[in-house]
Amino acid sequence: MATIVRKELADYFTSVRVFILMLIVFLTSGGALYAVQQNIRGQVSESGFVFLRLFTTSGEAMPSLVTFIVLLIPIIGIALGFDAINSERQSGTLSRVLAQPIFRDNVINGKFLAGIITLSVMVVATMMVVAGYGLVMIGVPPTAEEIVRLSIYLVFTIIYGAFWLGLAVLFSVLFRKIATSLLTPVAIWLFFGIFILIAAPAIANALVPVANATSPEVIIRNAELQQMIMRFSPNTLFSEATTVLLLPQVRSLGIVTMSQVQFMIPNPISLGQSILLIWPQLTSLIGLSAICFAASYILFMRQEIRAT
Amino acid sequence: MGREIVVETCNLTKRYDSATVVDSLNLSIEEGEVFGLLGPNGAGKTTTILMLLGLTEPVAGTVRVCGLDPTRQPLEVKRQVGYMPEKVGFYESLTARENLDFIAELNAIGYVEARRRIDEVLEGVGIAQVADVKVGNFSRGMKQRLGIADVLVKKPRLAIFDEPTAGLDPEGINQILDLMAKLPGMGTTVVMSSHRLYEVQRVCSSIGILSKGKLVVQGSIDELGRQALAGGRYRIEIETRRPTPALVDTIKAIPDVKEVKTSGDLLMVITDSDLRAEISKVVVQSDFLLIQMKIQEFNLDDIYMKYFHEG
Repeated sequence: MATIVRKELADYFTSVRVFILMLIVFLTSGGALYAVQQNIRGQVSESGFVFLRLFTTSGEAMPSLVTFIVLLIPIIGIALGFDAINSERQSGTLSRVLAQPIFRDNVINGKFLAGIITLSVMVVATMMVVAGYGLVMIGVPPTAEEIVRLSIYLVFTIIYGAFWLGLAVLFSVLFRKIATSLLTPVAIWLFFGIFILIAAPAIANALVPVANATSPEVIIRNAELQQMIMRFSPNTLFSEATTVLLLPQVRSLGIVTMSQVQFMIPNPISLGQSILLIWPQLTSLIGLSAICFAASYILFMRQEIRAT
Repeated sequence: MGREIVVETCNLTKRYDSATVVDSLNLSIEEGEVFGLLGPNGAGKTTTILMLLGLTEPVAGTVRVCGLDPTRQPLEVKRQVGYMPEKVGFYESLTARENLDFIAELNAIGYVEARRRIDEVLEGVGIAQVADVKVGNFSRGMKQRLGIADVLVKKPRLAIFDEPTAGLDPEGINQILDLMAKLPGMGTTVVMSSHRLYEVQRVCSSIGILSKGKLVVQGSIDELGRQALAGGRYRIEIETRRPTPALVDTIKAIPDVKEVKTSGDLLMVITDSDLRAEISKVVVQSDFLLIQMKIQEFNLDDIYMKYFHEG
C-alpha cells in the first residue's frame, strides 16, 4: 500500500489541481491576515487568548480565517477525491493495477490516505503561515492552552475534510462519469452550505409556527428545531466546534435566556469544558467520515472490474 | 505430450443477474502454448479471463491457474500471471519507464532488478527510445507495446492478453503478434483473446472458440480444420455446356470428390483436395466443353463462421 500512497502523493503534488488549491488557500490566509491586521485591536479587549484571535478575527468585508476554512475544506476534499476511482477506470489503469499482486482494498485505502495527507499538508501549511505572520504582526506568543486548542482544531479540520473527501471518493466509485461524480458532491456541498440555511427556518416555521405566538416556549421550540435541522449539515457541526474551540468564552451552543445570561460569569471556560461542549459534534463528524469511507470501501470491493 | 497444464477450468459458469455469460466452460491450456481464445463480441472472453485472474468470482465450477485457485489465492496467482486488459491504459502524465517502475514496485521487484528488467523489456518490445517520453504522447500501437512490456516486467509464467490487436493497423498487428510468438521461448505461456481468427492463426498453437459463453471447440488449428471441414475443403466450380447426369456420375467417381451439384451449365464439386487437373481431364475426355474452372478453398474464417452460426 505504501507504493500506492507514494504514487498518489506524487500525482497530487505535481498536479495543477493541487497547485491551484494551494494558491486559493494561501490567498485566503493572506486575506484573513489582512482582516486581522485591521481589526484585531478592537476584538481582544476582554477575553485574553490573543493568539486564537488571529484565526477568528473578521473585517468588515473580509470573513475570518475559520469561516473561510468551513467553506474551503469541502472544496479541497471534493477536488482531491471526485475522480479517484472512476478516472482510473476510464483510462484503463484500474484493471491493470488490480492484476498486480496487491489486495483490492490497498487501492482505495491508498488513495484515501494520500488524499488525507495532501489535505493535512494544506491545512497545516495555512495555519502555520497565519500563525507565523500573525506572530510577527501582533507580537504575542501563544500560550500552551492556545496551542492545544489549535491542535484540536486542526484535527477537527482534517476530519471534516476527510468527510468531504470520503463523500467524493464514494461518488467516484458509484458513478462511471467523472462529471457526475464531481457535480453530485458539489450539489451536496451547496445544499449543506447554503440551502439548509434557507430551508431550516422554513421547515421550523411550518412545524412550529411562531407568527402569532406569544409564549416563549413556542419561540424556543422553533429556534431549537431550526438548530437541530441545521445540525444535519456537517458544515454546521464543524463551525459550531470551531466556535467553541477557538472562542473560549463561548459556553453554550444552545439558546440562552436573558435571565440565564445575568448569572453568567463572562470569563473563558476551561479546555476540558469546551471539549465536553463539542463532544457530540466531534463524534458525529467522525461518524459521518467513517460512513462515507466505509460505503465507498464496500462498494469498491464488490464492484465488477470490467474495462468497459 | 506430458507438459504441465497451466490453466484448467471445470464447468466454469458466470451469471450476471439472469444472463449467463460463461456457461459450463471446460478449458485446458498447456505450458508453452500460445492459446487463442476466440469468439464474437460478447461471447464471454473477457469474463473468462477475469475469472482466471480472480478479478471476478465464478458462480459455479472451478478454475486452476498454475495449480492455484484464483478466487482463494488471488495474490499468488497474480504474482505469476500477467494481464493486459482490452483497453490498456497508463498514467498519461508519467513516462513509460515510470509507469513500469510503478508496476515493478507493486510486484515488490527490487530497484536494481526492476531497472534492469525494464530496460530489457522496453528493448524487447522496441520502444526503448521513447522510455522517458510521457505516455500521453504515445500512439495506440506504442501503448499496446508498452502494455506487453508491462506484462513482461514481472516475468510471468502465464501472460493473458485481452484483444491485443484491437484498433491497430495491419503492420502493428503483425509486430504485436510476432512479439507474442516469442514469449513461449522465454518461458511464458500465452493466452490471447481475439475476435479475428485470421489474425491469430499465424501465432496460436491452439485455439478455443467461445460462442454465447460455451466453448464450441478447442484444439490445434490443423485439428480444427480437419474437424470442421469433414465435409470437404475445396469447392470447384466448372462451367460447361449442357452437362448430362452421366458426366456428373463420372466426376463423382473420382476419388476424394464429396459432392457434385448442378445448376444450369454450372457444376459445383466439393472435394477434399485440389482435383482441378483430374476433373478437367474427365470433362474433356467425356467430350464436354470446359469453358472455365474456379477453385475456392475454405479458410479458417469459414470454419470460424461455421462455429459461430452453430453456437
